[in-house]
Amino acid sequence: MKTVVEQTGRRTYTLNMGPQHPSTHGVLRVILDLEGETIVDAKPVIGYLHRGTEKLAEAKTYQQVSPLIDRLDYLACPAYNFAYCLAVEKLLGVEVPPRARYIRVIMAELARIASHLIWLGSHAMDIGAVTVFLYTFREREITYELLEMAAGVRMHQSYFVVGGVRWDLPEGFIPKLKNFLDILPSKIQEYENLLTKNKIWKLRTVGVGVLSKEDAIALGATGPMLRGSGVEWDIRKAYPYSGYEEFEFDIPTGEHGDTYDRYLVRMEEMRQSRRIILQALERLPDGPIQAMEGKLYFPDPDKVRGEHRDMAALIHQFKLVSEGFHPPKGEVYQAIEAPKGELGFYVVSDGGPKPFRLRIRLPSLMNLQTLPVLSKGHKIADMAAIIGTLDIVLGDVDK
Amino acid sequence: MGVKKTPVKEIEIPRLVTPEEVVEEEVTPEELEVLEKGGVLITTLNKAVNWARKWSIWPVTFGLACCAIEMMATAASHYDMARFGAEVFRPSPRQADLMIVAGTLTKKMAPILKRVYDQMPEPKWVIAMGACAVGGGIYKSYAVVQGVDKIVPVDFYIPGCPPRPEALLQAILMLQKKIEQEPFDNKI
Amino acid sequence: MVAMADWLDEVKSRLGEAVLDEAEFRGENTLVLDRGSLPHSLEVLKEEFGFNSLVDLCGLDMGEDQDPRFYVVYHLRNLDTKAQLRVKVGLNEGEKVPSACEVWAGANWMEREAYDMFGIEFEGHPDLTRLYLADDFPGHPLRKDYPTEGYDFEE
Repeated sequence: MKTVVEQTGRRTYTLNMGPQHPSTHGVLRVILDLEGETIVDAKPVIGYLHRGTEKLAEAKTYQQVSPLIDRLDYLACPAYNFAYCLAVEKLLGVEVPPRARYIRVIMAELARIASHLIWLGSHAMDIGAVTVFLYTFREREITYELLEMAAGVRMHQSYFVVGGVRWDLPEGFIPKLKNFLDILPSKIQEYENLLTKNKIWKLRTVGVGVLSKEDAIALGATGPMLRGSGVEWDIRKAYPYSGYEEFEFDIPTGEHGDTYDRYLVRMEEMRQSRRIILQALERLPDGPIQAMEGKLYFPDPDKVRGEHRDMAALIHQFKLVSEGFHPPKGEVYQAIEAPKGELGFYVVSDGGPKPFRLRIRLPSLMNLQTLPVLSKGHKIADMAAIIGTLDIVLGDVDK
Repeated sequence: MGVKKTPVKEIEIPRLVTPEEVVEEEVTPEELEVLEKGGVLITTLNKAVNWARKWSIWPVTFGLACCAIEMMATAASHYDMARFGAEVFRPSPRQADLMIVAGTLTKKMAPILKRVYDQMPEPKWVIAMGACAVGGGIYKSYAVVQGVDKIVPVDFYIPGCPPRPEALLQAILMLQKKIEQEPFDNKI
Repeated sequence: MVAMADWLDEVKSRLGEAVLDEAEFRGENTLVLDRGSLPHSLEVLKEEFGFNSLVDLCGLDMGEDQDPRFYVVYHLRNLDTKAQLRVKVGLNEGEKVPSACEVWAGANWMEREAYDMFGIEFEGHPDLTRLYLADDFPGHPLRKDYPTEGYDFEE
């Protein structure tokens, strides 16, 4: 009997994976070329969640864009609003008051912990360790409760506004956050007990999905993907923003650039985030939470209605609602270290109240580009581990 | 010797009872006592089938966007959907009877949604979770389908962006009530 | 960020006539390069000035009546000195830009995205197909004359 290879003359066959697949973290589709069970080539096909954020942003005022930005990476919403607000502030030339800067850092690092928790849970579940998923979601609920306390909703907070934060931290937030930070190290230890020395976990992750330093830089990989390959690069250190230069923290790096190293890097990042939040809480200054310059905010409600009405305030409020503010003509690029890597906003302004062009440099998109390199030569079963280690979220890939 | 004849009884062929014809009767304490000693429970087929369906809803994993995270949270430890018998998320549509469309449906994804729905065996139900699935949400753009009901029939709509896990749980409970009241042979 | 002017002057003198225009805004430097000098000038920036990381590449539509109508915007970074530079290349409808894939492998998807969204064609790209939208999608949505809702919008 003739074998398939003899019949067709092809050594490989094609297998379609996704877009509806449990281990693709959403609607990712990968077309695999296989030789037996070995991956010869993997070609990601994306765009199944392309919603047109950049186009929609051009039709909205600067404040109205913020909800769209939240929905890009729905695992770490504050981080995304953070970058957007910083970019517009850079365009406007507005200085954010210290208290707002600290609150932003606290929220962004909390978002990093939340994002890494969901990454850990789903990554471990894809490989077969379902228990970890239930453990991490237990702690993730607390981060949700904290964000809800501050912003009023569990997801898509839009808590950061251009020039500051929407309102001050509510009563009881700081003690609850401290409680969470107190239990966090023991919980991280709990996950590590389940995985770090687990023989099956190591068999599935050590040496799987190796990304060399050179490939990582050439392909534009950032965040834990770059650090896992041994490059000590972090936007928070390289181009400090929002006062990150005032905090002490380490940049964990890997050695071999494999899935296991990236796992260790992200686990350590959670601990470092906790360290930053503790420092920020300790030094949290008093004072205003919104920049007063540039007429970015609504005036005092008492000045708009009631006895002491002020015509100037009324006009200001009306103009802000109906028109929005006008940044000067120019273009800026502002990057931050989001949980998944470098997130950048390139804003082009023509002087009008709406962004002329809003370009979003997405970390997951660029990290996903390394997938063919990571998966070549591995068995098809390793695909679940490799997609997991990329820590992609499809909203962050497709816009 | 004559052959003893057994009397032939006329057997009444049971017919299906519609839910309207069922008269619910309270179980009296005396009856309960008999039941506990080893009695028999009698029910209609309709009730029995619907009871089984109601407590074993298997959703297909169809997470599209943000709402999928809240769907995961609903299934995870804190909200624990297993309390309502709906925790067995199936990656294969052929083993599922509920599709929770959680997130934005794009035009590129729409044919796949239709195919997954068609692959699900009857009986099947659809929950549209979140503003995007209900009607496009904030995405009035060139790439987004303005509501999944343009593609598949929807049983329940959950508003919110994203809806809280409690809202999804409520939709599941309402779906259970709906299943309870349906004639079971309507969907086979 | 220190001694930014030094290396920038060197870059300008090295590229010579390829530099058409320059701008500085909020501490960020932009060079507008001649389309004909690509990809050579990008190679020079990478090899001689150490811009080993292509942070971002995107298209930009200035409007139908503008000349040039489109720009391709490169954000470059030197990971060792932390220097950053924005490079812009202008082109009109029907013109092509040489691909940067040979210089930075990561340009692949970003060029596909610019093609998808603006219809900008990159010469020498290994696989210039749409990145996000379906192959039969009509038009290029991020162009200024494209309606936000598309052509077949149903409420």
